[in-house]
Amino acid sequence: MTDKTLILIRHAPHGTSFAREGIEAALVGGAMGMAVDIVFAGDGVFCLLPDQSAGALGQKGTLPMIKALPMYDIETIFVDRVALQQRGLEVSALAVDVIECELASVTASYRQIVSF
Amino acid sequence: MKYTLIVYGAPYSSQAAHSALRFARALPGLGHTVATVFFYHDGVYNASTLITPPQDEPHLNQAWADLKTTQGCELLVCVAAALKRGVMNDAEARRHGGEVHNLGEPFELTGVGQLLASAQSSDRTVTFAP
Repeated sequence: MTDKTLILIRHAPHGTSFAREGIEAALVGGAMGMAVDIVFAGDGVFCLLPDQSAGALGQKGTLPMIKALPMYDIETIFVDRVALQQRGLEVSALAVDVIECELASVTASYRQIVSF
Repeated sequence: MKYTLIVYGAPYSSQAAHSALRFARALPGLGHTVATVFFYHDGVYNASTLITPPQDEPHLNQAWADLKTTQGCELLVCVAAALKRGVMNDAEARRHGGEVHNLGEPFELTGVGQLLASAQSSDRTVTFAP
């Protein structure tokens, strides 16, 4: 069990602002020197696909924010293996370096999880 | 145990805020306390003092204020999420040239970093989303 905080992203990058606001929370935590890891699960794995741009609705894209995570000392980016499989995605096709994981075993090891 | 509750749901649009309130009210009876309620995403609308439901429905803004009175919890509202949705206190309204404001005591505008700090200082964090 770790005292780090886990940010759990379960929503796709567009359609709602949950993914964006979750990634923002992770970046703020990193900027404040908090120990934060992040995991993408469910439709949240779509956030990791390459070649994304700003949405038609004028929202800023989330991929540049995800690529900035290491600059905020957030080095551990997990992705749920089952969520990738269910959506026909390969980890090698993702735009950022991630650690494939079993979601339940990751969430079980964090004392605090903030879900988006 | 100390709890942090996170509310993402707008009032009356989804069950999220109602469920969070009922959960919060049940905690003391089981020996627990609510330390912080954090309003983020569409949950920031819960902090609008202009909420005016029909008289035979729960008044969510007043219910949150009552929760603070009975349990002493913080009612924190993410400032970035609130401003872009038109929820702000007097100081922010003046800073942005607005003539009106719709957020005040006992709600506090704060940064999302405070959400993570609250979670880390609590024993449990529970999210209420639509």
